[in-house]
Formats: sequence, structure tokens, C-alpha cells
Amino acid sequence: MSGLPNYHALKVDAAKCIGCTHCMKACPTEAIRVIDGLAVIDHERCVDCGQCHRSCPTQAFYVEQDDLTKIRAFKYRVILFPSIMIGQFPEKYNETQIYSGLKKVGFTHVFEVEQPIQLLLDSVNEYLRNEENPKPAISTYCPAIVRLIQGRYPSLTENLILRKAPHDLAAHFAIERLLLEGAQREEIGLFYATPCIAKIASVKSPVGERESIVDGIVNMNHLYNEVMKVISEVEAEDNSEQRQNLSEEGILWSQTRGESGHFGSRSIAIDGIHNVVRFLERLENDQVKGVDFLELRACDQSCAGGILLTGNRFLTVEKLERRAKRYPSAKDISESTIRVDIEELKQKLVIDSISPKPLFIFGKDRVKAMEKMTRAQRIVCSLPGIDCGACGAPNCHALAEDMVNGKAKMSDCIFLQQMWEDEGKITARKALQNVQKKWGKDRFKADCNKRGRRNEGF
Amino acid sequence: MEGVWGRLFILKLIFSIQGGDFTHAGHPSSEVKKVLKQLDIDGKTIKNIVIALYEAEVNVVAHAWRGTVDVEIDESKITILVSDEGPGIPDIEQAMQAGFSTASKQVREMGFGAGMGLPNMKKNTDELYIESEVGKGTTVKMVNNFS
Ligand SMILES: Nc1ncnc2c1ncn2[C@@H]1O[C@H](COP(=O)(O)OP(=O)(O)OP(=O)(O)O)[C@@H](O)[C@H]1O
Ligand code: SF4
Ligand SMILES: [Mg+2]
Repeated sequence: MSGLPNYHALKVDAAKCIGCTHCMKACPTEAIRVIDGLAVIDHERCVDCGQCHRSCPTQAFYVEQDDLTKIRAFKYRVILFPSIMIGQFPEKYNETQIYSGLKKVGFTHVFEVEQPIQLLLDSVNEYLRNEENPKPAISTYCPAIVRLIQGRYPSLTENLILRKAPHDLAAHFAIERLLLEGAQREEIGLFYATPCIAKIASVKSPVGERESIVDGIVNMNHLYNEVMKVISEVEAEDNSEQRQNLSEEGILWSQTRGESGHFGSRSIAIDGIHNVVRFLERLENDQVKGVDFLELRACDQSCAGGILLTGNRFLTVEKLERRAKRYPSAKDISESTIRVDIEELKQKLVIDSISPKPLFIFGKDRVKAMEKMTRAQRIVCSLPGIDCGACGAPNCHALAEDMVNGKAKMSDCIFLQQMWEDEGKITARKALQNVQKKWGKDRFKADCNKRGRRNEGF
Repeated sequence: MEGVWGRLFILKLIFSIQGGDFTHAGHPSSEVKKVLKQLDIDGKTIKNIVIALYEAEVNVVAHAWRGTVDVEIDESKITILVSDEGPGIPDIEQAMQAGFSTASKQVREMGFGAGMGLPNMKKNTDELYIESEVGKGTTVKMVNNFS
């Protein structure tokens, strides 16, 4: 799979979307508008945090994935997955049974991505030791956060730690291990089971890299269902050898405080994208002093709250905490069990650079931009300030900005229309037609069976 | 915000500040930041402006009774006027020295009063002017040029 620029896996199912505006309000980058009664994502602005998916009452958002049968083309079929996946399965299945289940699905090798985590730990520490790197250093673990910073906080892009995530580590590790076993590179197919769309985007179009080393993506909830179909109730073969490099730290890595505890003398962990937004505003204003390291995650409870997980996030966290206790500390795992060239692997964790990609600018011409902003501000004065969303924009201000950018009209505001009607500027019929155009003709008919009214409850 | 066409296009923003209201200090600087980001001003310049304006706001909150922030942005620079009704500054030169502070115990307990505000404003602006009349108030003018 080639690295598509700006790939987004999230799509809206027109048959399910009822244009209710919930997603539009939840989006941290105001990337959604309702057009002709349907949610439309602006892919330039989308950071893949999944808030829209989470907030949708009709499950209208779906996530594209690769066809699992693609793995058949490879001799060595590797499934890479974050440890949280183990926490999804019912208690009665142990990890040995889950690993066996994954093999029954068709994989030949099973790799949890957070190994050998010590390499990433060392690499990040090495980055932090360099005094020239701006503080607080911000983890690049969560790809939604990286995109949020590039787009909404471009000046903080320089604070991002130029190191890759565990799935990159594991991908390289898996390849090296299989080459040692005598595999040819082209015989190896890597598939990544993802907890979220942000990871999909970062795997398919990695920041600062031309091509992805992963051959396919499978959604974690889908893979979970596949494994559950074939998993054996009885104890399976011993496959513990494949977890030799897994550690307590690795298992906890994807959870809140999974990174922050290891880095810097003062570190902060924040989960939930709206919490992160509030904190970054402060950081951008230079009101955060003396902090060395920031772990920022888009989901509540970090990856345990990923949108493609099956289990309850709090139960997942608890299970993983218990599991982690059974594993050795990362520093106690001998380098000899890693077997591949450690320095070479470490080199692969370095990102050359991440550039800012400001999303909220009014164009490059400063005078024109100033003029547009002034016009938008004048328009806001005429809007009611209710932020109702009935215009198809998330708030009055966003509508005003859309207007000066030629993407919306005054008449999109239903309150303004009412006033114009009262002032005799437009007819009642014309006003209704305007609203029907925005929301679809059938939207306003009394009909207990229409979309959004039939057990699609809120 | 309003725009004025003259020889230059000027974008204006106005805010008010309430003395003693530490919870809302920072609103004008956040709003100004938003506008500057939309104008694609470089991050370093924005940071300088936000830091300087925030210090000026906090000074009104900490030392004066009430104040206003007037912002004018044109193609090449931003001019910020922070004027307050308050006790004024008797000796501006002394006030400008790093570490000089008359902040009350209460203000210090909130983490302010290190005597670094004015020096910080100096450091983060291209031009800084202070006028003050004891018993009446203080006006701070800051100019930052865009690159
Ligand atoms: N707007 C103002 N009105 C009255 N006095 C002021 C005003 N601004 C500053 N001062 C005086 O100047 C002193 C120094 O100001 P400066 O901002 O440098 O330090 P500070 O406000 O005391 O502490 P810090 O800014 O580090 O929290 C203040 O303690 C105060 O006496
Ligand atoms: S916190 Fe984890 S699951 Fe959520 S968006 Fe970030 S990487 Fe994905
Ligand atoms: Mg001060």
C-alpha cells in the first residue's frame, strides 16, 4: 500500500446519516458541515480524532479497511496489534488462546507492537537529553494529536518529539526477525490491527515519510469478531516465545500515563481531545512553565477508549493493569532475546522533521485576509449568537467565516430569514424553500418512520 | 472588531479588563492570538505579542481598578494600547527593573508579583511606551512589527 497523502479512513453513510449536527458540534477543528441534510467532512481540516464517530446517534460513520484476504498473498503473514487488544477479550480466554485464534484467522506470526519498548524509551530519552530541543517536548504517540498541533497549534510543531510510535518499532522489529528466520522481504506481509482511525491515517500516510511499511490495516473490532469465531475453549499450544520482548511498560504504554511516567522530571498526561485543546491554548500562550514532557492523547482513557475497540474502556484499563503485573520490567529483558541489530532498529525510530500545516488561516495575502476577517466579524454582529447549527455550520462564527470564504449565504441562518420575512424582504414560501434546500424536502414532514425517528434513538 | 480603509487597512479589536479578576485575565491575549493565527503571522512573533499582552493584562488585574485593551493591526505591525484607571506608577524607571514589585501578599500567593512583567514586556516587543499619572492611571503602548 503506498502512502497516500492525507488519507482519511472515515466515511459517512448517506443512508444512515440524519444530519442531526451532533458530529458537527463535537469536532475539535470545525471540520464538519451539514450539506443537503448530510454530514460532510472537510478532509483538509480533519485530524482523525474520531469524535464525530463517537457522537453519532445512528452509527452513520464507518471506517474503511483493507480486505483481510489480502494476507493470503504472503508467505509470512504478520499481525501487529497494540496490547490493548488483549484486554478486549472475555476473561476466560488467556493470551495463549487469543494468539492461537489469530493464527487460525490466517496469520503466521503474531506481534504485540509495544516491544521491545526499551528501544523506544531509550530513543525518546536521548531526544530529551538534547538541550536544543524545545521544552516541553510533546509525544508523537497519538497521531490525532500530531495533526491537531500541526493544524491548530502550528507554532508548537517544534515541540513534537521526533520519534516514531510503537507500531513502527514493531513493524521494523518483525521484519528483522523474519529476515533472520530466512524470509525474503517480499514474502513478508505486515497487517496492523488498529484501535482508531488516527493510527490508520498515520500508517497509510506517515508524517514525514514517503511510504508505509505496513501492507494492510484491519479494524480491531473486525479482527476481534473474526477471532471470536474460531477461538478455542481449550488451552492451546505454547506460544509464549512470541511475547519474550513484551514488558510491563510496553503493555501500559498505550494507556494514560503510559509514557509520561518515564520521561522528564516534570511531566503531564492529558487524555480527551477537548482537554488537550484547552491545555494547548495555555501552552501556546506560554503560560505553562517548567514542564519537560507532555503525553497527549485524543481519546478518553487513551487507546483503551479508541473508537474501534469492543470492550468498555475502564474494564480494558483494569484488565491490562493486571496483565502488566505479570510481565518483567523492560530493562530486565536481555538484549540477547531481541536478537536483531539494536542500533539499526533505533535508527529507524527517528523522524527527520514534522512541519506545521496551519488550518485556520484566511489565505496568504495579509491585507485580503484582514479584510475577510473584518467582514466575517461584521456578519457575526448580525447573527443571533445562538450557535444552533441549523445553518449547517457548527456555530455563528463558523458560518460567518464560511460566508466570506464563499461557502455559505446569509439566508442559511434561519433566524435572519425569519426577520427578513417579517420585514417583507422575502416570502414565506421562499424561506421554506431555502431551509428545504439545506435539510432535504422530506425533513419537515410529520412522519414517525422517517430517518432518525425509528428506534434510532438519541 | 472593525476594519477601516485609509491609506492602510486597519483591523481593530477592543476588550475591557476588570481589576482583581484573575480568572479571566488572558482573554484578550487569547483572542488576539486567534486573529494573528488566522492572518498567518509567524509563530515566534505571535508568541512575543501574546506574552507581552498577557503581562500587561495581569498588571491591570493585579495593580489597577479597570482597564481597556485597544488593538490595531495593519499589514506590517500590531499596536496594542492597554490603559487603566488605577494608582499609577510613581517611578517608571524603577518599575521597569527586573524584580521590582509592589504586589500585595494576596497577589503573590496567586503566583504573580515576581517583578518580571514589565521587563518581559520590554523583551517581547519592538517598542514599549509607558505613561502614568499617580492616582489616575497608566497607559502602556506596545508595538510589534511583523516579519
Ligand atoms: N498598570 C499598573 N498600575 C499600577 N502599577 C503598576 C502597573 N503595572 C506595573 N505597576 C507597578 O510596577 C511594578 C512592576 O511591575 P511588573 O509587572 O514588572 O511586576 P509585578 O506585576 O509586580 O510582578 P509580575 O509581573 O512578575 O507578576 C508593580 O509591582 C507595580 O508596582
Ligand atoms: S488515543 Fe490512541 S486510540 Fe485514541 S486517537 Fe490517539 S492513538 Fe488512536
Ligand atoms: Mg506584572
